[in-house]
Amino acid sequence: MDARLAVRARGITKCFGDIVALDNVDLDVAQGQIHGLVGPNGAGKTTLLGLLLGLSAADSGELDILGTTVRRALDAPDGVTGFVDGPGLYPSLTARQNLAALAALRGRGSAAARIDDILAEVGLTDVADDRARGFSLGMRQRLGLAAALLSGPRLLVLDEPANGLDPAGKRHVHGVLTRLAAEGTGVVLSSHRMDDLEELCSEVTILATGRVVFSGPLGKLAAENRELDYRLLTSDPRAALGAAAGTAGIRVVESTVAWRGAEAFVVRALVPALDELVARLARDGVAVRELAPVVSPLEAALLALTEPQDQEAAR
Amino acid sequence: MTATATPTTTPREDTAATRAHPVPLAGGYRFELVKLVSQWRIRLLVLVCWIAPALFVAAVSQQSTLPADTLFGRWMHATGWAGSLVVLGFSGSWALPLLISVVAGDVFAAEDRLGTWRHLLVAVRSPRRIFAAKALAALTLILLLVAGLACSSAGGGLIAVGNRPLVGLDGHLLTPSDAAVKVLLAWVCVLAPTLALAAIGLLGSVALGRSPMGLLLPALVALAMALAQMLPLPVAVRVALPGYAFISWNGLFTGPTQLEPLLISIAAGLVWAVAATAAAYAVFVRRDFTNAAYDGTGRRSVTFGLLPLAGLLAVSVAGVAVATPSTGSGIDQDKVQRSLATAFAHLYRMQTDELNRPAVTEAQLQVSASCDRGGGQGDNEGPGNDWRCVVTWHLPGVQVSGSAVYQLDISANGRYVADGDGPKEVNGYFLVHTRYGDAPNPLWQFDGNVELLSASSKG
Repeated sequence: MDARLAVRARGITKCFGDIVALDNVDLDVAQGQIHGLVGPNGAGKTTLLGLLLGLSAADSGELDILGTTVRRALDAPDGVTGFVDGPGLYPSLTARQNLAALAALRGRGSAAARIDDILAEVGLTDVADDRARGFSLGMRQRLGLAAALLSGPRLLVLDEPANGLDPAGKRHVHGVLTRLAAEGTGVVLSSHRMDDLEELCSEVTILATGRVVFSGPLGKLAAENRELDYRLLTSDPRAALGAAAGTAGIRVVESTVAWRGAEAFVVRALVPALDELVARLARDGVAVRELAPVVSPLEAALLALTEPQDQEAAR
Repeated sequence: MTATATPTTTPREDTAATRAHPVPLAGGYRFELVKLVSQWRIRLLVLVCWIAPALFVAAVSQQSTLPADTLFGRWMHATGWAGSLVVLGFSGSWALPLLISVVAGDVFAAEDRLGTWRHLLVAVRSPRRIFAAKALAALTLILLLVAGLACSSAGGGLIAVGNRPLVGLDGHLLTPSDAAVKVLLAWVCVLAPTLALAAIGLLGSVALGRSPMGLLLPALVALAMALAQMLPLPVAVRVALPGYAFISWNGLFTGPTQLEPLLISIAAGLVWAVAATAAAYAVFVRRDFTNAAYDGTGRRSVTFGLLPLAGLLAVSVAGVAVATPSTGSGIDQDKVQRSLATAFAHLYRMQTDELNRPAVTEAQLQVSASCDRGGGQGDNEGPGNDWRCVVTWHLPGVQVSGSAVYQLDISANGRYVADGDGPKEVNGYFLVHTRYGDAPNPLWQFDGNVELLSASSKG
């Protein structure tokens, strides 16, 4: 058992009646790592997060959390906290009262003393004495994160924490998660926002119909991935299009795309072929003003890795 | 497929974490109380229960027309204690079931509505303690509401009318201190059916979740029991119902106290409270909080909820039927005659005192009553408004006996209203001067109570 692992799961299977929610899932999350869980709806993300929180027990497999083997429901060790299916808040209580009630429930007087600091960290100081009833989804998410911070987590499990966050809220949440990871807390979060995951996570696990289809660093995912679509904005679209058509491994998908008031085009290629195209454009004196994937690499990978399974499942 | 990244910072600890223990019950209880009290409707209920009864009793006591169709309502001018009993009667029928619905019927369902079960489980880590904390918090709040109704109504009556003697249901006069004790006891007695309804509320809240039926279950059960009390059911069924103590407290205000139905109904209420709470617990701890497709609630509710309670009702009815001598409606000619004669004797003595006539005792009056139904055409038993009675009495030193006629409207629960039908100077309507002001002739109309479980002297 590796004590540096916040989560070590081997062969986890969980069924609800005839439905197999998780099928032989392996997962490693190191302490201090922010690990993303990605997958289409019904892939088993929430079930897996629920297991990590101790809400239920796996039907089979081994699950070690913070160095402790978990065999039964509600048997997760101290230091595991978070939320699934949205933060559990009581709308008739203010933000501060929600946190104070939770701190009192857990018998943590020191946490109660830190409520103001925690509220400031998630950017809710101004609404600390407002009832949660009137909070937006993003504010509720931040208050849910604040509630999780009360107990000084060593493993933080969050289900869709980025839902409804505005840019300021996103900055607060990212700041908190980054700080926690830097202090050694393992963070496991699910999200449908690939930009957030790419920004935060050092590793991701992609689930499809209860099975792991990829788990590892984002860089490895890009290397393993198929061709991506890239939008190319240059100083001379006509010349650039010609160069792209003449470069091995490059396929022009859309020859003309209006992009920010200029003319761009879209090519499909692997990274090495793209490198070759950029070098050729430079040699030809064509300036590359923007080169970006049409969809993020993670999203593209998700679609590529999960769609076939969806289709297979549909058949 | 697995992968592990080397953390970019040094972990703060490499030691295995300790297992988390469930939150202590006291902490969970405080948490549930905070959540309940933070709801505006709960705060409003507490406020209403502690203020409205006092205002109601004080206002009604000052009016010329009293709620004579409610037990003790006709005495609201005479004593401050009557108002509390009027509120108690109303509470048992309507207020308490509705209050219980709002509190106990929602205490579990609120978590379903808010989607906070998983959050709560992660925080508390024990469904058993969650159940206990919620049940205790709901119980605390319900007791606070009942205490408010009792204190407020008594306080309002005492301030508006005063601490005066109370006329019991057999016409005898209770001293103010006796009245205070008996009013307090009456409120304590209704805690048993209150707890039973609260437990049924917990069961509904657990089993039916956010469905409105879960919230309304205590009120619906109370309504069903109230309807059952109006039907000509066998007395064993009537007494075995968990809500009968909402009626049987009447027996505290007779002499001798009608203890048997009171104790049986309190026991029935408490047994129902325990059984329904146990059923709610059984359903709750078997719930799967992680399975969104969980659909076992309905089947489990029947298995662990409805079937045991239906069985309990059957056993209770059988037990009461075997243990008590009464059969049928429990209302027969002999009981009616005894009850009416006793009440008449006490009230005649009271009338004599108020009219400043020579004092007499109940023993000297030798009151007897002769009653029949529908002019003797049918069986002289059971509830109905066609009972007719002739009361006969003797005055010391007077050869001729007096007689008076009463029409009785007897309810299925044994309560009756006797309406004087002559002669006018005995039981007609006229005002008498009392120490506290003018009041209607006490023999004109009065309330009485037939003890359903007592054996007829003929039988």
